Amino acid sequence: MAGHSNYVPQSAAAKWLESRLPVISLVRGSFVDFPTPKNLNYWWTFGGILFFMLVAQIITGIVLVMHYTPSTGAAFDSVEHIMRDVNFGWMLRYLHSNGASMFFIAVYIHIFRGLYYGSYKAPREISWILGVIIFLIMMGTAFMGYVLPWGQMSFWGATVITNLFSAIPLVGEEIRTWLWGGFSVDNPTLNRFFSLHYLLPFMIFGVVILHVWAFHTTGNNNPTGVQPKTKQDTVPFHPYYTIKDLFAIVVFMVIFAWFAFYVPNYMGHPDNYIEANPLVTPAHIVPEWYFLPFYAILRAVPDKLGGVVAMFGAIAVLFVLPWLDTSKVRSGTYRPLFKQFFWIFAGVCVALGYLGAMPAEGIYVILSRIFTVYYFAHFLVILPMLGFLEKPKPLPASISEAVLKGGSGKPAGAAAAPDTK
Amino acid sequence: MSTMIKMVRNFAAVALVATATPALAAGGAVPHIERQQWSFAGPFGFFDRGQLQRGFKVYREVCASCHGLKQVAFRNLADEGGPSFSEDQAKQIASEYTVIDGPNEDGDMYERPAILADKFPSPFPNEQAARASNGGAYPPDFSLLAKARAAHRGFPWFVFDAFTQYQENGPDYIYTLLTSYPEENPACLGEDFSGNYNPAFLGGSVTAEECAHENLTGGPIGMANPLSDELVEYTDGTPMTVDQYAKDVSAFMMWAAEPHLEERKKIGFRVMVFLIVFAGMLYFTKKKLWRNVEH
Repeated sequence: MAGHSNYVPQSAAAKWLESRLPVISLVRGSFVDFPTPKNLNYWWTFGGILFFMLVAQIITGIVLVMHYTPSTGAAFDSVEHIMRDVNFGWMLRYLHSNGASMFFIAVYIHIFRGLYYGSYKAPREISWILGVIIFLIMMGTAFMGYVLPWGQMSFWGATVITNLFSAIPLVGEEIRTWLWGGFSVDNPTLNRFFSLHYLLPFMIFGVVILHVWAFHTTGNNNPTGVQPKTKQDTVPFHPYYTIKDLFAIVVFMVIFAWFAFYVPNYMGHPDNYIEANPLVTPAHIVPEWYFLPFYAILRAVPDKLGGVVAMFGAIAVLFVLPWLDTSKVRSGTYRPLFKQFFWIFAGVCVALGYLGAMPAEGIYVILSRIFTVYYFAHFLVILPMLGFLEKPKPLPASISEAVLKGGSGKPAGAAAAPDTK
Repeated sequence: MSTMIKMVRNFAAVALVATATPALAAGGAVPHIERQQWSFAGPFGFFDRGQLQRGFKVYREVCASCHGLKQVAFRNLADEGGPSFSEDQAKQIASEYTVIDGPNEDGDMYERPAILADKFPSPFPNEQAARASNGGAYPPDFSLLAKARAAHRGFPWFVFDAFTQYQENGPDYIYTLLTSYPEENPACLGEDFSGNYNPAFLGGSVTAEECAHENLTGGPIGMANPLSDELVEYTDGTPMTVDQYAKDVSAFMMWAAEPHLEERKKIGFRVMVFLIVFAGMLYFTKKKLWRNVEH
């Protein structure tokens, strides 16, 4: 990373610092002089958007903690205290709760971008795997954050999800008791979730640095999937991508502000404005929208342990994706068959999300099963076979050649966000 | 005696469902909740002061005997963006309530008139007392009800709601519930049914077999029809009808649940204008920077 900078310290202070800790050349090599493919489209701005969202969540979260009380008797009222009495508390809380949703919208687009352009393939496997780890920690953080307001969905969502662990053979019950810190979701559970909800974002931050380090070592992927060959293929990160990412972040903020200021409860569940009551179970317990596809997979399997295995398997399969896709061509742009299966897969994920919100009965269960099978087939059958069956289109000799021909590198029909609700 | 026990048990069952959730009982027909016109809807929404004051009057004279308002303080009545009573009026209203304070120097709790800093005292000391006084039903606290209940929006409507800024499904539901009590209970429920049926109620469903073919929406509800024409006296010439009462109290409940709604929308508009102008400037800056790069 530092190797990409030809920075020579000029001032005495800079020389003094550089010879002791070369932090200036590290930053310059990573985010100023870093050679970046010049053909990155706007789907590539979601990395920057995600970094912005992480920082925004941490800052709003730190201030919210100053006013929140983590106790089953006081949590719900302390959130209302934030909403009513804390200066701009309503804004902080709505930014934070909607920020979680926006974070997931961005991460799903980011993941699907990686899937379409083959960003998981050699030599970027480590970057991809670190990304899946970030996604996992994000899910844990969001789940525990949703428990903190101690509403009905907080409590019952926590109960359903922690109960999944009891499906583990032999030690399941003990693990569940250990997670709860007791014999049901109660004050110890809330306190540990609060503690972890504060810890995990900083772990995400650490893994993000590794994630960026990894793809700054291999270089960015790009819409053609062809590695940069000459200096003509790249531009320095600053100012070209700093300005492009900043523009994209501000556009994303417009959508974020739309939700946070105008429809702040749109992505939440009304039941969470009812204080948690262990004696009253809501008619339908539904997780936050961003977990719905996985919730549908969980419920599609008639066996409890099987459902849990399938749900975690749906994420675990992403870890081995780099070795499941047998095609030598990275970018979906040059893979006519893959392109079609990609959009079918995206549609299946959205459909699973819808089914996750529906009651587990009748036609919904049957469809959930079909789509769950397809979800796994996409990774375990379709992608391995496509590499052998598909005849890819000829690749451009270089990024510059692709750019000069025009049009290539931009996916056909990629206008719609793959997964937003 | 046994019918008495049965009745109480039935009420308790209804109340359990009633407090549980606005979500639908599976399989039942979905009540249709009409979308209403509210001054606080949309990007420039604001509360109608007169409406909030009337709604407060309805709450105080009709609802408050069973429903609490525990998250709202008397000082909020004089807050900007609320019913905008003057501070003296709010003080006067507070002084008409009694709260329990203490312990005093002798170690005893005592009663005193409320002050601005106090929150609205709840009508019952606890849930059990509330149930005991209401035939087993638990009247929910009003503070957050307008956000804790919602008209059900299926696919594809919920998709459009994000763009049309539809966030008034709580007050829409409350208004519809209050105006939907039928003159008489459906005949299929039988003469033994002594409860209240409401076709808009989301918290229960009609389980009587005789009603299987009637396709009834809603279900039995613990609360009897609370409103009737001329029940609350309006002094500003507003019609004293059930419809108007229901509207006013729903608006009041929306304010109680979201007291910073006006401020939120005002700031939101400024944020949007700033971000859109800023994004436009960034776009042209980006275009200029990239002008010599084929990409």
